[in-house]
Amino acid sequence: MGSFLVRALAAFAAVFMLSTAQAAVIENYQFDDTVQQEQFFRLNNELRCPQCQNQSIADSNAPIAQDLRREVHRMIVEEKADDDTIVQFMLDRYGDFVLYKPRMSAKTAALWFGPVILLLIGLFVLFGLVRKHRPAAKDEELDKEDRAELDKILGGKD
Amino acid sequence: MSNDKTVKKSRLKLFLPLAFFLTFCILLYVGLFLEDKKELPSALLNDPVPEFSLPKLKQPNEIVTQETLKGQVYLLNVWGSWCPACKVEHPYLVKLAKRGVRIIGLSYKDEDADALRWLQRLEDPYTFNIVDKDGRLGVDLGVYGAPETFLVDKKGIIRYKHVGIVDQRVWVEVLKPKYGQLQKEVL
Repeated sequence: MGSFLVRALAAFAAVFMLSTAQAAVIENYQFDDTVQQEQFFRLNNELRCPQCQNQSIADSNAPIAQDLRREVHRMIVEEKADDDTIVQFMLDRYGDFVLYKPRMSAKTAALWFGPVILLLIGLFVLFGLVRKHRPAAKDEELDKEDRAELDKILGGKD
Repeated sequence: MSNDKTVKKSRLKLFLPLAFFLTFCILLYVGLFLEDKKELPSALLNDPVPEFSLPKLKQPNEIVTQETLKGQVYLLNVWGSWCPACKVEHPYLVKLAKRGVRIIGLSYKDEDADALRWLQRLEDPYTFNIVDKDGRLGVDLGVYGAPETFLVDKKGIIRYKHVGIVDQRVWVEVLKPKYGQLQKEVL
């Protein structure tokens, strides 16, 4: 029993080590300086993997994410491309979908302005309700009947 | 009388939240269940096939470029021997090829030996195959999986992209009408 456990753990460790070793081989990117490296990681986190759709290309191990990381790296190191150039490169091929933060355009206007419009509608409704339920003003004049009633209760004139 | 009307009006107002809620439900239902989120629109629609220069699979000495492909309407089928859905799609491509449809293959991120074995074992529906071993052309085409099939006109312009398996339904309902129409266009 004990030896089985040890062997199982060893196997587990071996598999784990193998997989990290493999990942390390895939991700062996060289950079000229740390600025490039930071640019690489920043862009990878901003770009959405077209295959897996809920991961950035930094998170995903899908083949297409690997390819896109490679392209980002190539453009940074070989072409010294800036962020905008690389983002445009991705947009030209994969459309607005690749960006986690969509650009402002007619198509994405609802995304940008929708929440603000909903908030305004909410505030409008809220103010309407508050106004409607505000208690009646207190300095209202009593009409004749009420005054007579009040006088009676108070026991007539002084 | 007028009092009655305002009561009715305010009663109707009570249903406003329910109306909002139901609209929201419908939007969510469409967004979550009816829309096929797997299919992204091709950003390259009505753009020319990107520049490339890649060898043929069976004749590695011959280099194909985007210019080589111009002149005829064709389907550009992205596939790989590693892709199970491509195997499902394959017999129908063979059928289409036998009917005279021009299909150019893009051997996508595959080992040449595996791709050649696949074509030998199954039938070969492709006029020829272009080898895109590292997926560079795939990235330029906006490919994000396999199979994907592009419909390209005589001028080398991408006119349609289908993501997923091309089967009888897709061909008859979507691709065939477009393919026929493009063939009638004169250069």
